[in-house]
Amino acid sequence: MKDGTMSMDVDVGLIWLETHQMIKFTSSIKWEKSQKIMSNKFRLSSGGQINRTERISFKFNGKTFYGFKGDTLASALLANGVHLIGRSFKYHRPRGIFSSGAEETNALVQVIKDKGKTDPNIRATQIEIFEGFNAESQNCWPTVNFDLGAINNLFSPIIPAGFYYKTFMWPANLWGGYEHFIRKAAGLGKSPTENDPDIYDHKYYHCDVLIVGSGPAGLSAAKVAVKTGKKILLVDERPSFGGNLAFADEELSKINDLKPSEWIEETCTELQNNKNIKILNRTSVAAYHNYNYLIMMQNLSDHLSEKEKKGKIRQRLWKVRAKKVILATGSIERPMVFDCNDRPGIMLSSAVRKYINYYGVKCGNNVVIFTSNDDAYETAISLHNKGVKIEAIVDIREQSSGDLPKKCNELGIKILWKNTIIYTEGYKKINNVHVMKLSNNNSCIIGNKFKINCDLLCVSGGYTPAVHLFTQSGGKLTFNEGKYYFQPKTTSPNQISVGSCNGTFGLKKIIEETQTKTNEFLNLNHNDQSNITESKSGNFENIWLLPSDKVSGKTKPFVDYQNDTTANDIKLALREGYKSIEHVKRYTTTGMATDQGKIGNMHALGIVSEITNTKMGELGTTTFRPPYTPLTFGAVVGRNVKQFFDIVRKTPIHEWHEKNGAKFEDVGQWKRAWYYPNKNETMYEAVQRESKAARNGAGILDASTLGKIDIQGSDASEFLNRVYTNAWSKLAIGKCRYGLMLNDDGMVYDDGVTTRLGDNHYIMTTTTGGAASVMSKLEDFLQTEWPELNVYLTSVTDHFATVSVCGSHSKKILEKVVKNINFSNQNFPHMSFKEGLVDKIKCRVMRISFTGELSYEINVQSNYGQVVWEKCMEAGKEFKITPYGTEAMHLLRAEKGFIIAGQETDGTITPVDLQMDWIISKKKYDFIGKRSLYRSDTMRENRKQLVGLLTNDPKEILEEGAQIVEEVKSKPPMDMIGHVTSSYYSPNLNKSIALAVVKNGKKLKGKKLFVPMSDKTIEVTVSDTVFLDKEGDRLNA
Amino acid sequence: MRNKYSIFSLIKNSFTYHENWQRAWKDPEPKSFYDVVIVGGGGHGLATAYYLAKEHNLINIAVVEKGWIGGGNTGRNTTIIRSNYLWDASAGLYDHALKIWENLSQELNYNVMFSQRGVMNLAHNQHDVRELKRRTHANRLNGIDCLWLDTKQVKEFCPIINCSPNIRYPVMGSTLQKRAGTARHDAVAWGYARAADSMGVDIIQNCEVKGIKRKGDSIEGLETTKGFIKTSKIGVAAAGHSSVIANMAGLKLPIESKPLQALVSEPIKPIIDTVVMSNAVHAYVSQSDKGELVIGAGTDAYISYTQKGTHEIVEGTLNAILELYPIFSRLRMLRQWGGVVDICPDASPIISKTSIKGLYFNCGWGTGGFKATPGSGHLFAHTIAKNEPHGLNAAFNINRFVSGDLVDEHGAAAVAH
Ligand SMILES: Cc1cc2nc3c(=O)[nH]c(=O)nc-3n(C[C@H](O)[C@H](O)[C@H](O)COP(=O)(O)OP(=O)(O)OC[C@H]3O[C@@H](n4cnc5c(N)ncnc54)[C@H](O)[C@@H]3O)c2cc1C
Repeated sequence: MKDGTMSMDVDVGLIWLETHQMIKFTSSIKWEKSQKIMSNKFRLSSGGQINRTERISFKFNGKTFYGFKGDTLASALLANGVHLIGRSFKYHRPRGIFSSGAEETNALVQVIKDKGKTDPNIRATQIEIFEGFNAESQNCWPTVNFDLGAINNLFSPIIPAGFYYKTFMWPANLWGGYEHFIRKAAGLGKSPTENDPDIYDHKYYHCDVLIVGSGPAGLSAAKVAVKTGKKILLVDERPSFGGNLAFADEELSKINDLKPSEWIEETCTELQNNKNIKILNRTSVAAYHNYNYLIMMQNLSDHLSEKEKKGKIRQRLWKVRAKKVILATGSIERPMVFDCNDRPGIMLSSAVRKYINYYGVKCGNNVVIFTSNDDAYETAISLHNKGVKIEAIVDIREQSSGDLPKKCNELGIKILWKNTIIYTEGYKKINNVHVMKLSNNNSCIIGNKFKINCDLLCVSGGYTPAVHLFTQSGGKLTFNEGKYYFQPKTTSPNQISVGSCNGTFGLKKIIEETQTKTNEFLNLNHNDQSNITESKSGNFENIWLLPSDKVSGKTKPFVDYQNDTTANDIKLALREGYKSIEHVKRYTTTGMATDQGKIGNMHALGIVSEITNTKMGELGTTTFRPPYTPLTFGAVVGRNVKQFFDIVRKTPIHEWHEKNGAKFEDVGQWKRAWYYPNKNETMYEAVQRESKAARNGAGILDASTLGKIDIQGSDASEFLNRVYTNAWSKLAIGKCRYGLMLNDDGMVYDDGVTTRLGDNHYIMTTTTGGAASVMSKLEDFLQTEWPELNVYLTSVTDHFATVSVCGSHSKKILEKVVKNINFSNQNFPHMSFKEGLVDKIKCRVMRISFTGELSYEINVQSNYGQVVWEKCMEAGKEFKITPYGTEAMHLLRAEKGFIIAGQETDGTITPVDLQMDWIISKKKYDFIGKRSLYRSDTMRENRKQLVGLLTNDPKEILEEGAQIVEEVKSKPPMDMIGHVTSSYYSPNLNKSIALAVVKNGKKLKGKKLFVPMSDKTIEVTVSDTVFLDKEGDRLNA
Repeated sequence: MRNKYSIFSLIKNSFTYHENWQRAWKDPEPKSFYDVVIVGGGGHGLATAYYLAKEHNLINIAVVEKGWIGGGNTGRNTTIIRSNYLWDASAGLYDHALKIWENLSQELNYNVMFSQRGVMNLAHNQHDVRELKRRTHANRLNGIDCLWLDTKQVKEFCPIINCSPNIRYPVMGSTLQKRAGTARHDAVAWGYARAADSMGVDIIQNCEVKGIKRKGDSIEGLETTKGFIKTSKIGVAAAGHSSVIANMAGLKLPIESKPLQALVSEPIKPIIDTVVMSNAVHAYVSQSDKGELVIGAGTDAYISYTQKGTHEIVEGTLNAILELYPIFSRLRMLRQWGGVVDICPDASPIISKTSIKGLYFNCGWGTGGFKATPGSGHLFAHTIAKNEPHGLNAAFNINRFVSGDLVDEHGAAAVAH
């Protein structure tokens, strides 16, 4: 009890600190503003690979700083002594820069340009600064220095992992309220609120060998690979090449007597001069799919100022298919897990090395190094040689046999063997560490606690091979018990891993092994002897969770920094039975932050394995899911935005429709003329006028969008027999027939008229929306079900333009336009076809009708569509020919009770339901869906059937989709017996008409039914489906 | 329940550093005999066990799960919950579930974070408008809340949707079900597991069913990786692997298994407060409480058991997302994954007895079964305990594929003229 209260006291202290800092901060604002440009206090006077001649000024949290070309935001801020970058997700703890690359978990910023161009969650360690660069801290309010959210720290004792599953349940309906605040507190950066002005691009690329990563392994592999003379691609996510070698201490290792940076430069120059290889920087492989298909994102201009960037593509997504892939993705340094290991000023040792050697920036003046391995000693030596004071190296090992610790000793650096850090102090910046001796078996601490003051703590818990892409490709891992990491086990034949991503460490070993493996992989025998000097490395020891002098409940040993998951949270999850590693991950959210566990996952696994007493190898890992680093939505989509989102299909007559004021309707990808309003006409008025004209004089419709499939082959008739419900063998050449196509369930799928052009030649029409799916369904049947049929299908939808002329004057118009056809009823009856000429243009004329009027369709090669249309308009002038759109077409066919597949039908309607029993051949052996027509439910008498509906009030127009009941109840539920499928006001009948499907409809003619709307109930009477010209006289008018 | 969760218990436990929380569920080894064995520790299987124990007085029950509970589609889905289905049978089924969702956190004493933030279905052409209005009318007469919004109202309700008339497929309106929303998927599995466990159900993980032992047309037991388990009743809720298990019993199911993918963005501050789905511009999006945009779309084109899926689906999905929400262009995809979904020809589930005595199937939920979890478990428990369907799942029997009495919920599968 007492302990608990005490731990709360500490946190109250933190809040006090926040307030105190706020006051200090406000009073300092004036001073800082007058300072304007901050100095580069922490920049060495020389050294590093930045371009010191190009000074860059940039803003962070409103303050102006300067850095140099080549700096990342992180290196530039560190040069200015700024460590505090943001606040953590849950407790809003102050956090600083932790790493130097893609694994960064703390230092995320909002990059600001304008409302449409702001990027949340950008890693300060990756983004390069440019003149005018501006960024802010995120997830803090009002400022990163004083953040009210830090109050969460006060509650941290009662909000451990998964606390939200245990509370906010009372009162029952208040979750929505709690959620509002939880959501506001969560999230990190902010989304843009306006459209993105940038452009993105895609590129497809095929190569013989893709090499991922340009460290010593990647570069060595490339040197060998170019000898194949084939097409090689080398990519690296960083702006420059060389991997971690690029910031190695210049004095400690040599390749062929060259310093590491010199060797990298020489190698890159050599490669760049080779025409067989393409080298890309700032290019990150996001995903590794089957069969060596890789997705990569190349950053082309995020590092440029607005001026330099103008018009340039922002990012390009590469889709690479490589015959062979060499993964050289390196490894990621691990932190150490102990109480308060998260403060600003605690950084990965390798990162500190990079900042000093590559950027010429010292991250602190008084440094403590905490390590389990020799690698951190290289950092110590680099720092020491550049004048930074190393207060001590705290090493958990008993001793090391390596060269570097010996060297440190010689340099007079204090090494505390077999010691551990148990705590750190300093709220917004570390100011000291607490150190104690480790017991023999590392399970606890012994002796006296002592403090070392410092302003920087470098941590190094060893390296984890970056196996993300390897596992994405399907590779399996094995746990290396001695070295405490997972490494590749089995690989597909067209892929290898080399270097530290394969668990190989040490420069000499990496380069030699890479050469051998690459030679073998590419069937070469090219050995380039390199003379490598490097320091001998000592043993490595590992403690997943370091011991503490406190009750563990009082400590905060962070495993996932960004999500604020501590080792205690992991223990809690295990205690509560969330034992699978996936459960631990989900319950504690460890590994689910924007770094996807690159920093902390191994520790999470290690702690679970220790507590559950399970071997790491048996525990397995959580799945490494793509992408490796976050992938911009815009880049994934590329150019397919705005007008390119989906293609627009226009008929050859589109321009005419546009010129004549048509309104268009989207039908699938097509733009169809919907109606042609005259000046001041409403849609309703226009459709009424068009419909009347088409019946009473002449109408003209662009029917080009209907799907057209050319069917040829000696089995074409048999094919149609199997596809349609009716019989086709006896259709004479030159005749047309309407057909219904069913799906396997016996339900209407599509319909249209098919014409027999020759013995073995038909042309089929489909619905506009169904064209593509009908085509592929038919192909599918041909290829998989009926391979014995000799039939060839060709989609010719776009090949022909179709002009449909209807009305009693249509024959006269056609006679004027197509002069070489005899249009007499005897010579050219309904449902037949003739070939003709419009001037010199060859055309096919079908006499078919969807409106119930005398009607002809002229099909011509697309390019002539508009000419023929205009000729018909000209010829029809004297008959007041009127163009009508799809809406009038729908109205006209509804007057005749013709169905539209997809409107009267919805996948649950059979031909019998449509009262079209006549179209089902009883004689045919089989057709698609036939068997299903004889299932018990399909044969049921009282299925929903197509009927007509008339409203009691002829002016009342029903709403399409409205539901029909037999009996109205005062409140729902009500038994629905059907719905309105089509509904119009018919100008030719002067009353409203509707089609509907109604249960047992065939037997309900004359019966009164009800359509209950939200504000009223409409009474209707069931009628016949044909409202006009039941006898069909008009077809021959 | 052993140790009740509440803010008070959290405070109380904070004094002992949360060292004394009990296990949410035990991890027992299987007994040699159970009255009922549920195969599949997803939400549906766990809920079934819970209702068997709670409402049918059965105690000797096991749930066997080949991996970790909730690791199938339950832990992979995008958690949309709604009940605005077209047909009476579906509306009845899904609204039954929705009603249970409304009090599920309290019932389980586990916060499943059911968030009734509303679900919109956008219309982009005449055909959409007609079909969605039809559904609105059907919902209204079935007593299910459903609103129709015109374009202006769409803009008001969810301002970030691109409602410009100049986009490729302009928004012409939308349905809105306000009671609909999302929930926390893992919590559903864990909450049911904990509640079932506390009533004596054995939840057995890492226990894969390898065979079903039959004697004539009845069940004798299960071969598992943890040995033979004797039982006379098996309820299978194995989602994407249902056909595999049916095959062990010599049954064939009318199911195709395909990968369905989803993705999340990096977390951002609240930007979208509802769930928006679109069929014509094919994608849907909501925002998790953590701040990630949760995005999904259609299945991969090919039948497969891989949980990976292809990049092309992700590209198509984001394509649609940027058409409707161009402001998201600079956001970044953090994670992408897939699940294997079990699809029936009519896009409706099966909760049914089979021709084998004692063998029951709950499957075919395809791309949309998370929303049904509580209702499905409740009705499946009834079906198993009583050996006959509940009124609400009678229509979802397996024989409908013989009779043709389908519940076709394809919605947009019909063609536009
Ligand atoms: C990407 C994606 C998005 C989705 N989005 C939504 C959505 O927004 N809304 C919605 O309502 N639905 C959605 N769904 C569908 C939904 O996830 C599923 O319908 C639902 O979760 C199924 O639950 P279940 O319990 O039946 O299956 P699962 O959770 O898959 O459980 C089945 C379990 O059976 C186990 N199993 C399989 N074989 C064996 C065996 N031989 N022995 C033992 N155990 C076995 C599996 O390991 C698994 O844990 C989505 C699905 C996916 C993949």
